[in-house]
Amino acid sequence: MEFGLSASQEILKESARKFFAGECPIAEVRRLMETDSAHDPALWSKLAEQGYTGIIFPEEYGGVGLGKVELILLMEEAGRALLPGPFFSTVALAGAVLDAVATADQKKKYLTAICEGKALSTVAVLEGSASWDLSEVRMSAANGLLSGEKLFVSDAAVAGTIIVVARNGIFIVDTRAPGVTISPMSGMDLTRKLHSVHFHNTPAEKLGETLALSRALDVATAALAAEMVGGMQRTLDITVEYAKTRKQFGKPIGMFQAVQHQCADMYLETESARSAAYYAAWALEENVPDAATAVSIAKMYASDASRTVGNRGIQIHGGMGFTWENDLHLYYRRAKASETAFGDATFHRERIARFVIDARAVSAHRA
Amino acid sequence: MDLNLTTEELKFRDELRAWLTANVPKDWDERREDSLEVRFEYLRSWQRKLYKGGWAGISWPKEYGGRGASLMQQVIFWQEMALAGAPPMANVLGLGLIGPTIIAFGTETQKKRYLRKILSAEEIWCQGFSEPNAGSDLASLQTEARLDGGHYVVNGQKVWTSYGWAGDWCELVVRTDPGAPKHKGLTVLLLDMKSPGVEVRPLRQMTGENEFNELFFRDVRVPVENVVGRVNQGWDVAIGTLMHERGTFGAGLQIIYKRNMDRLIDLSRTLNKNGSPAAQDPLTRQKLAQCYAEIEIMRLNQMRAFSRINATGVPGPEGSIQKIFWSELNQRFQQIAQELLGPYGQLDGDDSHAIDKGIWSYGYLRARGNTIEAGTSEIQRNIIGHFVLGLPRSY
Repeated sequence: MEFGLSASQEILKESARKFFAGECPIAEVRRLMETDSAHDPALWSKLAEQGYTGIIFPEEYGGVGLGKVELILLMEEAGRALLPGPFFSTVALAGAVLDAVATADQKKKYLTAICEGKALSTVAVLEGSASWDLSEVRMSAANGLLSGEKLFVSDAAVAGTIIVVARNGIFIVDTRAPGVTISPMSGMDLTRKLHSVHFHNTPAEKLGETLALSRALDVATAALAAEMVGGMQRTLDITVEYAKTRKQFGKPIGMFQAVQHQCADMYLETESARSAAYYAAWALEENVPDAATAVSIAKMYASDASRTVGNRGIQIHGGMGFTWENDLHLYYRRAKASETAFGDATFHRERIARFVIDARAVSAHRA
Repeated sequence: MDLNLTTEELKFRDELRAWLTANVPKDWDERREDSLEVRFEYLRSWQRKLYKGGWAGISWPKEYGGRGASLMQQVIFWQEMALAGAPPMANVLGLGLIGPTIIAFGTETQKKRYLRKILSAEEIWCQGFSEPNAGSDLASLQTEARLDGGHYVVNGQKVWTSYGWAGDWCELVVRTDPGAPKHKGLTVLLLDMKSPGVEVRPLRQMTGENEFNELFFRDVRVPVENVVGRVNQGWDVAIGTLMHERGTFGAGLQIIYKRNMDRLIDLSRTLNKNGSPAAQDPLTRQKLAQCYAEIEIMRLNQMRAFSRINATGVPGPEGSIQKIFWSELNQRFQQIAQELLGPYGQLDGDDSHAIDKGIWSYGYLRARGNTIEAGTSEIQRNIIGHFVLGLPRSY
């Protein structure tokens, strides 16, 4: 039993950190967030060259075949860098869904293209109800055609395909197909663009059953929780650095306990969110009985903690923290968008309650 | 990262599980309302049983009565104890703090003399650290020890000494060089509590119990061979003890937390909220789930910390987050229990209407001390701020 990272996991994390620092520094994030898509094809090619676009997918589809823990480490570093664009949507979300529900032929076609960096994709779940409870999905395919509207679809404008969750199955749609209208939604996170997607008698190819979706969404949820951990870590680092250098009353403000204790809480919350996210990834990888509970615990904790870490960080920066020029609000915005994505803390607490109060599924796997 | 058990760990786990199934006392659930002293003797005989079975001091060296297993096996031990609903052990401070301190800093003779009896609960240990004027500012302590031939002569006073009433031995921090800067003149002594001149006075805490004590020393003679580590370098030894207290001590608490959580979930099915079982009340469900998740995160934080200690050999200052986490979590948890029980939550065990024989009213009051004992939350946050995050010292 070892909760520390292996040597190869450390290397992966380190090299990802260096890669993002070199290829996507915060100035680049700011440039991209001002564009319509926050997507840079040149950066995408480099991500693909690194193997990141195929990190967890089988080698037969051009992937690297690593595990969920490796995905989580990569996402954590992407979160630290505030990587803009469709990486999460394409790899951790659409890729994970394809991997879980599609047929071998479909994977050969769609997943291979993702692994090779040739295709961008996303998943459309939410509708007007904005509920992450899949039983509230209303859209239904009729005779292979989809009609209706999906909301809060990340990176849809750059995606070549959209995976659509419907009542009677999971479908994949070509964004150039007839009847598809994609419109921007102006969300708080400037680095991950949201869209409404309207379908009108749009031809859709069925990938699999809706029931098969939950495990793939758990993978995406854990990946998002890890990305949030990276954002929290960066917020903490920026804040501690500021507290060491900013002086008031002739002293660094980090000398004042009112400030120190806020930093200590940021550290506690970041580390706790990290423990939960890492465990969730491992639980998914190993398919342990409490994997779904572990994912909900990770997302629940990260949802609340990434917000409070952001609050504390900005508070410690004082007026500077409230400026556009300071980077913290970029993380703060991402944290808010991520907080509700795939269910906020309230959603996941209820899910945990179903597991541990109603079903009383004893987590048989405890060591 | 691989949380799967190795073949060796699996063998250990299975063996332990079988032993626990056969040996965990069935009447433990009924014993929670016993008086402090009666409960202590009960836990003492349970610890003796564990020791005889070879299950005390999992990661302690074999030659001193331990099992010689890895720190990760120690983690597995606590998890299995929690799963089995086993009682905790009596010699809490000896096992969690003082034993590890003696292993790290003690002489061969000291290890041979003390460790085995800590494991068997034959000798109970307490910790003489805090004084009336040295709480959070521990290094300003005044209890002095003057060298007189082959002995140190100790005079002074300690306070908040948990298990002082049960203690056979005490890890005592004293000032041996009053002229040196405050961190430089301290020494750690192992004190026989039966020595002439030691007076133990009960200190009644807000729960009504005398769980901790005041200790008074009047010309108490401690042989020089009872110095742990080096003379005047006792601060390093004391910090070593405190790192264990903060970083690894909490691992054993999951036994208690998990059991309380299970009990509260069970109660939520029978107690009503707004006309239906609390287990169906959305707000209660939210709160229970939050606690459940935090107990799990506490366990995961501990596991990560143990992996790090396994690699580095010693607990570091980052262990302060464990202390903050378990103490504040328990206070939140007990409050949620109170909300669930409503007016019943306040009832003491001797009231015929009390639920679970009053454990919830006791638990609520006892938890209030959690963020104070073993280093206040404020001090833990100072430690994280300065030693982990590198912020300038505030004092």
